[in-house]
Formats: sequence, C-alpha cells, structure tokens
Amino acid sequence: MSNAESITIGRAREHESAHLHVSGEARYTDDVTAPAGTLHGAFGLSRIAHGRIRSLDLAPVLAAPGVVAVVTAADIPGENNYGAVVHDDPIFTEALVEYAGQPLFGVVATSHDAARRAARRARVEYEELPALLSAREALAAGSFVLPSERITRGEPDARIAAAPHRLDGEYAVGGQDHFYLEGQIALAVPQEDGCWRILSSTQHPSEVQHVVAHALGVTAKDVTVEMRRMGGGFGGKESQPALIAAAAAVMARKTGRAVKLRLDRDDDMLLTGKRHDFWYRYEVGFGDDGRIHGARLLLASRCGYSVDLSGPVNDRAMFHVDNAYCLEHVDIVSHRCKTHTVSNTAFRGFGGPQGMVLIEQVMDEIARHLGRDPLEVRRANFYGIGERDETHYRMKVEDNILEPLVQRLATESDYHARRAAVAAFNAASPVLKKGLALTPVKFGISFTATHYNQAGALLHVYNDGSVQINHGGTEMGQGLHTKVVQVVAEELAIDPARIRITATATDKVPNTSATAASSGSDLNGMAARDAARKIRARLAAFAAGQAGVAADAVVFERDRIVAGEREWPFAALVKAAYLARVQLWDSGYYRTPKIHYDRATFSGRPFYYFAYGAAVAEVAIDTLTGETRLLRVDILHDVGSSLNPALDLGQVEGGFLQGVGWLTCEELWWNPRGELATHAPSTYKIPACSDWPAEWHVALLERAPNREETIYRSKAVGEPPFMLGIAAFQAIRDAVAACGAPGCRPPLDAPATPEAVLRAVDAVRAAGR
Amino acid sequence: MSEHDSIRFVLDGRVHTVTGIDPTTTVLQYLREHLGRTGTKEGCAEGDCGACTVVLAELRDGRVQYLPINACIRFVATLDGKELITVESLRGTDGRLHPVQQALVDHHGSQCGFCTPGFVMSLLGLYLDGPAQPDRRAIDDALSGNLCRCTGYRPIITAAQHLRDYGTDAVPFAPGQDESARIAQLQGLRPDGTRVLRGDGVTLYAPTDADAFARLYAEHPQATVLAGGTDVGLWINKQFRPIDTFLYLGDVAAFDAIEQDAQGLCIGPAVSLSRAFRALLDAYSALDELHRRFASTPIRNSGTLCGNVANGSPIGDSMPALIALGARVRLRHGDERRELPLDALYLDYMRQDRRPGEFVEAVIVPAPRAGQRFATYKVSKRIDQDISAVCGAYALELAADGRVHDVRIAYGGMAATPKRAAGAEAALRGRPFDEAALADAMRALAGDFTPLTDARASADYRREVAANLLSRFWLEATGVAAPVRLSELA
Ligand SMILES: Cc1cc2nc3c(=O)[nH]c(=O)nc-3n(C[C@@H](O)[C@@H](O)[C@H](O)COP(=O)(O)OP(=O)(O)OC[C@H]3O[C@@H](n4cnc5c(N)ncnc54)[C@H](O)[C@@H]3O)c2cc1C
Ligand code: FES
Ligand code: FES
Repeated sequence: MSNAESITIGRAREHESAHLHVSGEARYTDDVTAPAGTLHGAFGLSRIAHGRIRSLDLAPVLAAPGVVAVVTAADIPGENNYGAVVHDDPIFTEALVEYAGQPLFGVVATSHDAARRAARRARVEYEELPALLSAREALAAGSFVLPSERITRGEPDARIAAAPHRLDGEYAVGGQDHFYLEGQIALAVPQEDGCWRILSSTQHPSEVQHVVAHALGVTAKDVTVEMRRMGGGFGGKESQPALIAAAAAVMARKTGRAVKLRLDRDDDMLLTGKRHDFWYRYEVGFGDDGRIHGARLLLASRCGYSVDLSGPVNDRAMFHVDNAYCLEHVDIVSHRCKTHTVSNTAFRGFGGPQGMVLIEQVMDEIARHLGRDPLEVRRANFYGIGERDETHYRMKVEDNILEPLVQRLATESDYHARRAAVAAFNAASPVLKKGLALTPVKFGISFTATHYNQAGALLHVYNDGSVQINHGGTEMGQGLHTKVVQVVAEELAIDPARIRITATATDKVPNTSATAASSGSDLNGMAARDAARKIRARLAAFAAGQAGVAADAVVFERDRIVAGEREWPFAALVKAAYLARVQLWDSGYYRTPKIHYDRATFSGRPFYYFAYGAAVAEVAIDTLTGETRLLRVDILHDVGSSLNPALDLGQVEGGFLQGVGWLTCEELWWNPRGELATHAPSTYKIPACSDWPAEWHVALLERAPNREETIYRSKAVGEPPFMLGIAAFQAIRDAVAACGAPGCRPPLDAPATPEAVLRAVDAVRAAGR
Repeated sequence: MSEHDSIRFVLDGRVHTVTGIDPTTTVLQYLREHLGRTGTKEGCAEGDCGACTVVLAELRDGRVQYLPINACIRFVATLDGKELITVESLRGTDGRLHPVQQALVDHHGSQCGFCTPGFVMSLLGLYLDGPAQPDRRAIDDALSGNLCRCTGYRPIITAAQHLRDYGTDAVPFAPGQDESARIAQLQGLRPDGTRVLRGDGVTLYAPTDADAFARLYAEHPQATVLAGGTDVGLWINKQFRPIDTFLYLGDVAAFDAIEQDAQGLCIGPAVSLSRAFRALLDAYSALDELHRRFASTPIRNSGTLCGNVANGSPIGDSMPALIALGARVRLRHGDERRELPLDALYLDYMRQDRRPGEFVEAVIVPAPRAGQRFATYKVSKRIDQDISAVCGAYALELAADGRVHDVRIAYGGMAATPKRAAGAEAALRGRPFDEAALADAMRALAGDFTPLTDARASADYRREVAANLLSRFWLEATGVAAPVRLSELA
C-alpha cells in the first residue's frame, strides 16, 4: 500500500485522547475508581546519605491517626529488590542507607494525607558513614557501580601528538529530573487465589509484572499489570515504577486491601532516579580546518548508589560521543561512578545526549581556538559518504543526510547574515550580548540490548465490524496509540473511528519491552501491521471465494471491500466472514532486522538506522546577572516519511525545549550533606511558556523516507529532538565568548544557570584584561 | 453576630452547600476525593505547576470576574459566595467542547494531557477576561502558572491565539454573554455574619465584618490569619504545621478595598496581588516587570499584597519595591491602630514588630514624587514564576544641582529580612550621581549584606548581582542608548 492513496498515514490526525485530555475525562491511574476500602500508602525516607540504621522505631507511625499498618523489608515474602538488571535495589532498605531519600519503610493509612503525615513520625537512629556525592569524588575514590569501559580506535595518541593544533579541557553537564506532570503511582488490588491486579503508571508493564511477582513470591502468571496512559514518562517510568508497584503490592498483601501508592511530588523527586550528570576530560589534536585528527575522551557519570540502567545508559553515551562527526582515531573511556545519591536512570536520549554535548563542546572549543565559525568546524568533521563513514563502534553510516540537511537549515535560517548581525549588535551593546549556534543531531535507533527489539500486538475484529487493537507499547503522550490506530486503519482500509485501542495489559501481550529508545511506533506499529495483515488476508480470501476471483484481486478501500462484481461494506463482510467461521482476531509480532552487536568489543550494528536533525538557536544574555533568553529557534528535523506530522512536530518542539531546560534553567542542587534541595517545582525550574522563543521556524524534513523498511518508512522521533537543545547552550557560550577577547574559551558548564553564565562572563572578562 | 457553619458556592449552575468538612480541605481534595471530579489534577500540591487550575467567578462592581486559581493550596472554606468552575463545567448543553478545549484539540495542544485541564482553565480566564486577539505577552502572562513538560508550549500558544475562532452557541462561558442570571445568583450568596467551621482539632472563623475580625483576632491571638493562602496552604499541605485556629479575612468586604487619598494608595488586606498591582501600576509603571514575574497569574489572583508583606519572607518580592518607595503599613489590634514605615516592621528572620493579635490592615504606598526615578529588578533562574535569588529596588531623587537628594535602596534575598542598603544609600546621598559615586555605592553594598548560599544561588553570586543591579539602575537613570534588560529584546 503506498502513501499516495493512504487513508490516515502521513496525516496530521489529532491525538486519540485529545478530546478526553481537554475535557478532563481522560483517566490516569489516580482517576480510576478504586475498589471500596482502598487504603493509601506512603514511603518513610532516610534522612542521611550514607550510614547504617541503628534502630528504626515505627511505633509512633503506627499510632498516628488513620494508620492501618506499617511495612518493612520483613513483610516482603519474596525478593526485596526492584533492580531489573542487577538485583541491587532494595524496595525497603534493611540495614544500610545509601542515599538521602531512600525508602526505609511504608505506611498504609485511610487517606493519602494521613499516610504522608504518619511517615514523618518514625524515630530512626543512624550510624553515619562518609558519603561520596559527586562523580568526581567517586572517581577519585575508585568507587564504581560497574567496571569502566573503553573503546579505542586507530592511534589516537600518535595522531594527537602529530596534529598541528592541540587542546585539552574539562567539562561537566548536570542531571535532570523528569518532572512528568503525573507523579509515580500504582494501585495494587488483591484478587482471588493469590493473584494480583496492578494499575501502574509505567513505561514497562512487563517489568512491573515481574518485579511484583518476585517480591510477592509468586510467578508472572499471577500478576496482571494494566496501563492506559501516563501523564508523561520521559524514561522516568521505565525502571522506577516497579518500586512503587512492588511497595504497593507488599502493602496490599499485608493489609488484605487494595492499596494506592501515589508519590507526593517531593517524595517523587527525592526517591526516584534522574538523568545522569557527567564530568568529562578531553584532549584533541586537529588540523587548520578544525578536523579532528585524534581525540581522547573521558566520561565519568554519577550513577548513584545502584546499577539500575546505568550500563546501557553509559554505553549509549559512548556510542553517541561522535554525534555527527567521524572520529577516526579516538580513545573513549567511560567510568560508571557509584555515589551516595539516588540511582540515576533512563531519561529521553538515555545517555546519548551526555555523549553528544561533549563533542559539541569540543567542536566549539576548536572553532574558538582557530577563530573559525563553529559551523565550518562542525561541517569539516561530518561523516562522509563512501569515505569516513564508519563509526568508532564499526557501524557504517549508510543513511547520512547531515550535509544537505544542515546546508538547508543554514540557508533557510539565514545563519551567516545573522552571525554578522549578532556581531554588530554585540559591538554596540555593552550589557546585553547575543549568541548564535547551529548544532546537528545524529541519533541511533534501536535498543542496544538487542533482545528488546521485539514487539507484539493483538487485534480483534468483532462481528459488528468494530475493531480493538492492543499492543505492548505504552502511551505517555507521545502519540504511539494514535499512530498504531493509523496503521491498523491503513492496513484494513477502514475509518479510524471503527478502532478502539485498549489499555496496555500484560495478559494481552506478554513479555513486552519498555516503551523507550524512541522505538514505540517502529516496533509496535510493525507488530500491529503484522496482525492486521493476517486479518486482511483472511478477509480477502473469504471475499475472493464469495466473488470467485483471486485473493489478490480483492480491493480494500475506505471501509469497503470490492471483489470482482461483489462489494461489501467492511462491517457486512466481517459479519459474513464470522458466519462462515473465519477467524477474526490475531496476534502480530515483529523483531528488528539487521542489528547485531558484540558488547565485549563494542562493535557491530547496534542501530537499525539513524535519525537526523539540526537547530539554530539565537540567545541573549544579561552580563549583569547572567540571565539568558532564547530569542529564536530554527529547526529542521528528519522523521523519515512522517506517520503523523502533527504528532511528530509535537515531539520535535517538546523535545527541543526539554533539552534547552536540561542545559539552562534546570539545576539539581544537593546540599553538602547529600540532601537534594531542589525537590519541587518551587526550586527545580523546568521551562515555562515564556521560555518558548518569540520567533520559531520548526519543520520536518520532507520527502526523506527511511532507507530501511520501517513502518511506512518513518523514523523514530521520541528522543532525537531532545538533543536539538544543545544549540541553545552553544549559543549562550557564543554570547559569553563575545564578552572576552577573540579566541577566548568560556569556562561554562551546563546547566547555564544565571550564576554559571555570570561566572563565565566574569572569567572571560578577567582573562581579557 | 449570626453564626453558621456551611460553605455555599455555585457549581455547574446550582448552589452547592458543604458542611462538616475539615476546614483545611483544599478545593483540589474536595473535587477529587469528595465529588469524584477527577478532571482537575495534582501535579505538585504547592501552587507551582497549574495542573490543578480552576476558575473562580466573583462579583465585582456589578460584573462577574473570572479568576484562575490553584485548587491545591486553596481551602474550600474560602469559596463561600463564589462560583467554582472546573474543567467538567465547560461542556456545552449539546455536549460539544468549549472553544478553549476545541482550540487545544485542533492545534494539538495536548500530548500526555495531564497538564491540559489546567491549561484549559487558564485559557478560559484569558478567553473571558483577556483581549480578543491576545499577543504573545498576554498569552505568556495568562499561562505563567501552568507547566507542560511535553509540548514545549508552542501548540498551546497557537491555540491561545485562536480561541475566538469558534461559535459560542450552547457554550456555558463566553465573552460578552448575558450574565444577569449568574450575577443574581451570586448576589443571593453574599456571605454575611461569621462562619465558624470546625474540624478535627481545627477551627476556622470567617467573619464578614472588619471590627468582628479585629475583635476575634484580639481574642485568639494564637490564630493564624488566612488571606489568600498562597503561603499558608503550603504550611498545611507540605509542612503539616499544626495549626488549630484560622481567621479568614477574605470574606470581609471592607478589607477588599483600595483607597486613594492624599497619602497615596491604601491597599486593604483582602486585596489580591492582581488587583493591587493593577492599582500600583497606574502610579508606578516601573513595577510592570516585577508584576509579571511575581509568582503567576493564578497565585496573584489568590494571594494578597498585605499577606506578602505580613508573611515577611526575606525573598518576598513586593517588599524591596515598597520599602524603596517609602511605603507604610497600618497595623491594627482590636480597635487600636498604628502606622510604621514598612522597613521598620522587619526585625529579624521571620520576626516582626507586630504583637500577637495585631494584623496588617493596610499597606500605604505614597504617590510618586515629581522627578523621582524608580526601578526594581528581579533575578531568578527562570524568567516566569520563580522565586528571586536577588530582588533590588531603587528610588532616587536628584536635587536641582544634580546631587542625590534622596535615595532609598532595598533588597530581597540578601539578608534575613527584606532590607535597606544603608551603606550604599549613604555613599550616594549628597553626591553627584556619577560613576565615582556608583562605584563607592557598589563597594558599600558589600558591607550592607551577608547573604546565604542555597539552591537558588550562592552568596557570592548574590553579592555580585546586588551590586550589578545597582549599576543597571545607574545606567538606566543616566540614560544609556543600548538596551540593558533582556525584556527589551523580546
Ligand atoms: C507558586 C508560588 C509562587 C510564588 N511566587 C512568589 C514570588 O514570585 N514572589 C513573592 O514575593 N512571593 C511569591 N509567592 C508567595 C506569595 O504568593 C505570598 O507571599 C503571598 O503574597 C501571601 O499572601 P496570601 O494572601 O496568600 O497570604 P497567606 O498565605 O494567607 O498568609 C501568609 C502569611 O501572612 C499572614 N497574613 C496574611 N495576611 C495578613 C494580614 N493582613 N495581617 C497579618 N498577617 C497576615 C498569614 O497569617 C501568614 O502568616 C509565591 C507563592 C507560591 C505558592
Ligand atoms: S497541583 Fe501543582 S499548582 Fe496545584
Ligand atoms: S501534555 Fe504532558 S505535561 Fe503537558
């Protein structure tokens, strides 16, 4: 079926729940009517970063109004763990506290408020131990959650030594709280015969199912997890919801009642993982044109107290440290530091952004050192076509569109003229300075854990001609369900209004992967298509038989089926097929082809394809206060053949601003005792409405179908646009540089808060004196 | 004094009566947990995210005003006599979506949808009370209290520009609609007497008479005065402070007054920050930026200016400006009244020259003096809806010979209280307002304050920025050509 005659593919259909979102009728986990007598849980949290629990007195908690029970590790019949990869994440810690905010116990009470109030009444005595709080401290102390990794390619040392120019430096980028608007929540409902029904706001229902089963000492068959929609996920609901659900289940088991565990925002921010912050050291040798001859890159991330997803997150940082640039001679070392802070986790981009910011910083450093336009230096380093096209992990970049995409964006955004205008402005403006930057994105699509790249779907056609589709992906706002409905409508050539998509449930499609790595529609769209094609084939065979024509002569178009002389409305054919005992439901399955990868040597083809994009950001900074403003953004982004341009544009714009927030206003701040002080929106500032620039030009690259056979030749879009935000950071750096002497290298780490910017301005001014 | 114990408000066109609930039950808890109206969401329970935004309709000057507020920190007890509009109230009589809802659908303004009901309600405020063709600034202001993590706001901004594209037939709330029935209904609900709401160990008094209020407070000096609750709501919600008696002043009509007299503007204790700023801006247009960056539209609709002053937080934003302008406070205890210069109210961290049972009856802001230069600057990590790292305010009068005749400089975020920069003022007074004087004043500032380091900023940053803001004032007052504020570029 081609797009030309498409019914819904490529159309800007609204989100399948838009009418429910705006009317308040969309139900999130907390909105579902809970069983009568449902109790409410809360966690009791540690107050210290590292130490042993000498005594835990919960009598005052139990005595608090409304309290029904307290639960501790002793109440867990199965395994006290929610870590999926390495089993090092206790649900309730028993003896050792490893971060401030770690759950020690749970309270179950008659109301949410009563539980929260009671949780603070515990009397805990600790024996405090010294805490490592930052990646650098942990690195110095040799404290790691996983062994360090290294990728070496070519002869970096020799090339650096022989290069005409050399630079080295350090750089750091902060973490990021997901700040999904809907906090973590689970509702655990005991069922008959030791079975459980769990409603969980999760990107990974199968993992919640397994963790709950293990905690309760039952097996997966006894636990059903259901998830209709999340109020945002961004990776924060990949591994973390298992903790919430398992704790709720333990509470429900102890009390014999349904228990809802909804984290208050402060608790959510204190006890759930965030984006890893990184510290870097780099050394590069390069030519007069800025092309890198050799590079040594050191990445050290703060993983927190446990492993969680830190392995693949840091792997992805290593994979993406090239971004758009061919690093022919490179040495990459990655340290996964263990600290006494919350265990960091998945967040949109999954380590990729933390790799890419480093190389973008290096590009900017080279350009400033050489006095060249940073865009020219970037282009000099782009991957080639037919040459310089192999990544440091030995994958050939076959779909490179960097040069044409960036050229077009530079032209359409008037990059060169605006660079001159910015310089003119700065010459006449002592207090405010402007900056401009264009940065590209190349992002690899697929889970690096190859077995995750599979998906299933379940399609029911009812004999009244209505259709239900279910698949293993979860809806968190990205529009996955909308796209899957479009796929089914397209394949069956029916009005999408006939189709209802149902809540993700582990008893419909089992063994699902997390909805993550931008892969939701790539995987689940294909699985749904597989199911729809089976049904279609059966309907075609049936119609062909009725009309006495060949099955491939049957035409499906807009709710009608035509076979020779015969013609049926879709519902009529379905009814007739049912009466003729044709199976009208089926499953679909998909696994991504071509990918393979050897973790031992860090080589292979971990990614099916790459998604590309670029952004130009123009900013102004206030050199009296360090405050910044994003004035304008121009974006051109590659989504292959868009399944739905409205949804894809939404991902691009939303991802971009989230990336800007990461690198500018969003600062996580721990006090010297290791307590996170920014655990609420009063202190942790994500971008607000006025942070969207006054001028914007955001477009999807047109007529750029995926070379690979993805679902209708589309490309994944969830994560890649996040890294477009790097342009804003580099533009700020450009503006800071305008305060110093030509060639100055502003010492600006991310996030570029007003304080960080002012410090950098002061530094370049002092150096210029 | 008649006493009763119910809360009456209009909901979906009908008078809704609430009795026997805990007086600190928030509007959000009431909607979700008591009424099962789950369209209104909780994202933070502290007034910062807007997921809980609802609209209050109130009568003022014979007109209905529609005010978005944060349901998560507002007590149901304060809804008496008002109309509460929630996202569920907007369905047309024929079941259709309201224009603000349809605009969001048509422009793809929701992704995960969790923030969306809150945006709907803020947009309703813009639709009903804002300009027909809102510009970006009006949109940003209307949405300053709503966070969205998914969309980047762009499609919501676009939707906001298209609210008037839709017909208003069968729409329950539309601009210019005949409101006589609503007005009559609200008039019939005017609070009177004193309501006394008793809960589990908590009593809330809500008198309607100013003298009754003063008397009650004198009798219950341990009570917590409740105005807009934008501070108090958090004490209950987040800090679980044990408070047994509340004295709500919002039902006292006489407190909701702004008077203009020879002394200047006299702003009563129930006057919201929104109304107070509107009046102040007429006199001091230089307050515009502070106004926009002070909390958010829904917080300003609930919170009061007197509450900001009475709370006396060292990072409160109105006080530096008010102190620089020479504002005074009128305090009242029973029938006794006294007046103080505002800066004299603050003794030490959260300690004031105010005895138990004494409340702020008015903030009095003098009229602008001819030739006076005034500016105030707020510095925070985010432009909108953030708490100041530093907030500075400057009022300057030059004598005919160009020397500094009078200067008042005050800062927030620099000390345990909002505080004047005595050293910097002295360095300027009597001198020509030139670069040398500025340099001395900037140096003197270092001796005026010993700020703290916290999550918002380090002490060093605060010190440096305080001095730099003074230099910005000098640049603006002496007239530089190039822009010196980011807001001039947007
Ligand atoms: C999300 C959010 C953002 C905010 N942003 C800002 C900001 O940018 N800048 C800023 O300065 N503030 C900010 N605030 C705080 C600000 O809203 C409050 O300080 C507000 O002005 C207090 O007024 P209120 O009527 O809500 O007082 P309440 O909360 O009702 O009371 C505050 C305190 O003052 C007392 N009180 C109130 N009125 C009187 C009176 N007349 N006499 C005696 N005592 C009285 C109360 O007993 C209580 O101690 C913000 C608050 C929130 C929740
Ligand atoms: S819930 Fe966040 S503002 Fe009310
Ligand atoms: S749509 Fe998800 S937070 Fe706004």
